[in-house]
This record gives sequence, structure tokens and C-alpha cells, in this order.
Amino acid sequence: MISTALTDLWYGFGVALEPHNLMYCFLGVLVGNLVGVLPGMGPVATISILLPLTFGMQPVPAILMLSGVYYGAQYGGAICSILLNLPCHPPHAVTCLDGFPLTKQGKGGTALGITIIAAFIGASFGITEMIFLAPFLVKMALEFGPAEVCSLMLVGLLAGSTLAKGSPLKGIAMTVLGLLIGIVGSDIETGQPRFTFGITELFDGVEIIALALGMFGIAEFLNSINNTETVDMKYAKVGISDMFPSKADLKLAFWPMIRGTFIGSLCALIPGTGPTIASFVSYATEKKISKTPERFGHGAIEGVACPEASTHSSVQGDFIPTMSLGIPGDTVMALLLGALIIHGIVPGPQLISQHADIFWGLIASFWIGNILLVILNVPMIGLWVKLLSIPYRYLYPSAMFFVCIGVYAASNDMFQVGETAFIGVVGYILLRLDFHPAPILLGFVLGPRFEENFRRSLLISRGDLMTFIERPISAFFLLICVVLIAAQIYVWLRKPKIIADEKAIEAQVPATPYSGLAE
Amino acid sequence: MLKKFAWKRDYYAGGLMLLIGVGAAVTGTGYKFGTLARMGPGFMPVVLGVVLAFLGLLIAGTALGSSEPDDKNFLPDNPQWFGWLCILGGPVLFIVLGLYGGMIPAVFACVFVCALGDKTATYKSSAILAAGVTVFGVLLFHYLLNIPFQLLRGVNL
Repeated sequence: MISTALTDLWYGFGVALEPHNLMYCFLGVLVGNLVGVLPGMGPVATISILLPLTFGMQPVPAILMLSGVYYGAQYGGAICSILLNLPCHPPHAVTCLDGFPLTKQGKGGTALGITIIAAFIGASFGITEMIFLAPFLVKMALEFGPAEVCSLMLVGLLAGSTLAKGSPLKGIAMTVLGLLIGIVGSDIETGQPRFTFGITELFDGVEIIALALGMFGIAEFLNSINNTETVDMKYAKVGISDMFPSKADLKLAFWPMIRGTFIGSLCALIPGTGPTIASFVSYATEKKISKTPERFGHGAIEGVACPEASTHSSVQGDFIPTMSLGIPGDTVMALLLGALIIHGIVPGPQLISQHADIFWGLIASFWIGNILLVILNVPMIGLWVKLLSIPYRYLYPSAMFFVCIGVYAASNDMFQVGETAFIGVVGYILLRLDFHPAPILLGFVLGPRFEENFRRSLLISRGDLMTFIERPISAFFLLICVVLIAAQIYVWLRKPKIIADEKAIEAQVPATPYSGLAE
Repeated sequence: MLKKFAWKRDYYAGGLMLLIGVGAAVTGTGYKFGTLARMGPGFMPVVLGVVLAFLGLLIAGTALGSSEPDDKNFLPDNPQWFGWLCILGGPVLFIVLGLYGGMIPAVFACVFVCALGDKTATYKSSAILAAGVTVFGVLLFHYLLNIPFQLLRGVNL
């Protein structure tokens, strides 16, 4: 099995190293790093803007580029947290706790250096995990019928909504809302238009780009306009020579990195627990097992190394369920899945065998992209730091332009621009009501496939709902759903200590001026 | 128990979900419901609508029971009516000018108006930013990416 994986990987490198693909991979990580540094822009909005531009491209470079934005943004996000104490990207919020004190002590460069090493180790492990785990999952998933697919999607939807931030009840409500939005348009089987209110443009359904840019672009701008603090650049001076950590620092950071990597890769496997949760859990763990927990929060290098390693390993591991089962774990993955569908690729277990070039090319491009990012970040750190000082008042109008033209370019239809603005207002209202809009996109992407499989499995069983329980694999997934719900009720009633610990850490993180949509 | 019945944000939240859910379910009954074995197009909308309405009730209900103070109002402490207007005015102008004027006026107006929404912005700074973005946008989207969007309607550039 190892030898086939290695041959496939070799083939993947061949795909990823084609000059054309390599160029788009580089472009993706560059743009990702850029938006990671810029406060207030997240990978979700960026990928949605870039998505229509990939319509004319081959699917392989398109997916390589869009994925590059996601993991590239993770490298940039750490710079913001460490140098400015500004957690504009949720997965890096915890890094502020020790990163900024280090900066104040003049060791910001060291912290960044450690971050990059931790990131690379974490990412490498995440990729390795994907190489060996994904084909295994596929072997299992090929046995799935519609009933199993349906139950599995239910697990994905429930996990995505209950394990994300905020109230689980509201998360589930958002998922259902996303499923309802996914219904808009013509019914696949009968052609009956549903929820279109007589608007012809809605017969094809809501455009995924309009939904993503409304919820994560315009709603975010409405939320943060005149609401951002001026950035304090006092400590943000870093040169290349500061970035090489001393031997003592490296020794201190080594085991936390390894532990962070493991926690991150575990979190990646549980659907719904993305990099943000991974970073909080690993920080809490590191603080607990440390011999000197009092140093945490005052510039402990371990407090930078472990959450960063876990973030990156979780980011790479996130791709596993998306690519092998077609079940995305979070918003970015839902968007990438949407991108695959737009490019005419059916996500699911058959993806690896039918589109080996995409799967293995993507994995190989992760390695290449991560190496590129290390190269980009070390000599060019000065440039990234300069970018931090671009004020928000220049950023958001330019971003609005990209939103408008991106949505227009997707279908050459001005109706979509209006649709995006409308969704933006709805998104802002939901935001004000403490709803976290991430599960909407998840429900929206999975909705049509969920309905299709649900209908088909009941057609096969002649309307017998017991089919979901009688088939063992499906029953197992339903059991997981029950456990998920039971766990939420338990947490709600008993409030265990783990949650309290995590809440305590979360409370220490400086308040973000942005709504935290940049996940 | 019956102290003061204070409005909480979660009541609005639950109420909104209840409203959307009931609305979806009622609209869904207009489509053919079908049977479990042969589901019609109305099955999912009705079921999901009912589930959402139920969740709305739960959200409002749990807020009723919780003693956590929720003094936050629906509007933020400092509502930015002018800023919001500017941000939403951007896409509206983009649509109108895009349909009747072309890409250049659409982009310029969109960025200009959006930029005015910031408290520190002046007409001059907004105009400079808008001009810069327009030049960049035209170069990237018109000449490099060939988006079918006339630069100026009626003028062949």
C-alpha cells in the first residue's frame, strides 16, 4: 500500500510541477499570504472572488490555486497576530497571547521564525496523513449506497453546525437555513420551480459566489465599517536576521510543535472541528502539561509554536474528508467543493480514481506550496509587515470592487450583484442576532445532494424509513449523530471543565475588530 | 420568577427563524408533497420549514430560561447609517451604471461611494482611490482577463 501511495505521489509531483500548474499554485499561495496579512479579508471572500476567474481554466490549476489561497492565508495570519496583537484570523487568535508579548520584548522576529518552522512541520504531517488516509477512506466509501451517503451527510451537517463557534442551536438553525437556500431553483426531478417568487434569474438557484460574498464579504464590511481601531505599528519592525531562532528557543519549541501537530491532525479528522478549535485545544493542552504554566501569556515560545503547528496540520487535514468523501468540514472546504462541482467534477469517493491528476496533483502542490510559502515569508517579511499598515479605509472599497466584478464575471448578469448585496444585508442581520453564518454555506452546498440521495434511498426502500437504521453503516453514522446531539445537551446542562478552560483562554484573547468571519 | 420581561436579542433571533420556517413550509405546501416512496418537490421545503420553525421556538425558549444578562440591542452601539448606505450604494451604482454607462463609470462610482462611508475619508482621497482601482480593474479584468463588459457603452474603446 505504501509503495502505491508513493508511486501516485510521484505522479502527483509530475502534475504539480508542470509550469502552468506551478505558476497557479504560486499565484494562489501569494494571494493567500497577502490576504492573510491584510486585516479584515478572509480566505472565504478571496476564494469566492477568484472562483469566477477560474471558469476559463483547466480544473487542475484552478483547484491548486484556490487551495493555495486557503493554506497561504494561514501563514500570513500569524504575522498579524504576533506583531499587532490583532487576531483578524480566528485560527491565529490564540497566537496573540504569547506572540505579542514576545514582540514587545523585541523577540517578534524569533516568534515569526518559530511560527514558520511550526507551520511547515504541521503542514507536512497533515499532508502525509492525507496521503495514507484518503485512499483508505475511499475504499470504505465505495461500498456506500444512497442511504449511507445520506446519513454521512447528516453527520457532516450536524458536526459542522454544532461544533463550530457560538450556540449549537443557532448553528443547526443556520444549517437548515442553508439547506432551504439550496432548494431555491428548479427541482431536479420534476423541474418544478421552488422559492423563486417568479424571478427567472432564480430558476438556476442561488449562485454560490453570491451567497459566499454576501455573507462573508458585504456583511463583514457592514459590520466593521468605522468600527476598526487604528493599527499600532510601534513594535512591528522585523528584519530577516531576527527571524532565525536560537538553539535554546528551538529546543524549547520542538516538543510543543510535535504535540500541536498531533492535536491538529486529530481535529482535522473530526468533521466540523477546523483549525480554530485545534489551536485553542492545543494551547490549553500545552499550558496544562507545561512545568512552568505561569510563563504562558507573558511570551512563552511554546505558546506560539504549538497552536501554529496544530493550525497548519489541521488545515491540510481538512482536505481529507472533502476530497475522499465529498463531505466538507467547514466553510472553505464547502466553497472548494462548490468549485469542484462548477468545474464539472463530481465530488465523492470516485474522485481519487477518476480524477487522479486533481487529487495527487493537489497533494504534491501542498508540499510545493508550503516550501514556496517558507521562501516567500523569510526574505520578504519586511514587505508583509509594511502591508499591515494599509488602512482599512482603502481596503474595503477596493474589496467591494472585487466583490461586484467577481459576482458579475461569474454569470455576466447584473442581477447577481443585487442578489449579493441583498444577501449581505441578510447576513449582517443574522450576525447582529448572534448567528454564525458559516454553516449556511455548508448546508447550501450539501443541500441538493442530500435531497437527491434522500429521495433515492426512500425510493429504493419503497418509502420505508427503517432503511437508514437497518443498513449497518448508515446506522453507525446515525449513532454518531445521536452522540453529537447528546454531547451538546450534556455540555449545555453540565458545563464540563474543558469548556470552561477553553472559555477562559478565549476571554484572554484581545477582542477582534472583525466579526471573525475570516475563518 | 416574574421580574421584568425584558426583550432579548434571542427572541428576535428565534422569531426570525420561526418566521422563515413557517414561510418556507407554507410556500412549500403549494408544491406537490408526494409520499415517502415517491417524494414530490414539496416534501423537503415543508419538512425543513417545520424543522426551522421548531428550532426558532427552541432558540427563543432557551433564552427565556437562561438568566444570563443580554443587554445588547439589535442595533450596534453606534449605528453607522451613513456608512451602511455607502456600502450598499456601491453595488447599486455598479448595477445601474454598469447597465447604462459601462465598466469605467460603474467601477469608479462603486469604489468612490464605498470609500466615502469611512469617517476619515474626504472627497479627494476617495476619488484618488477610486481612480486607482478603476485603472487597475480595467487593466486586469478588461485587457488581461477579457471579461465581456464594455468599458464605456456606445464608445468603442
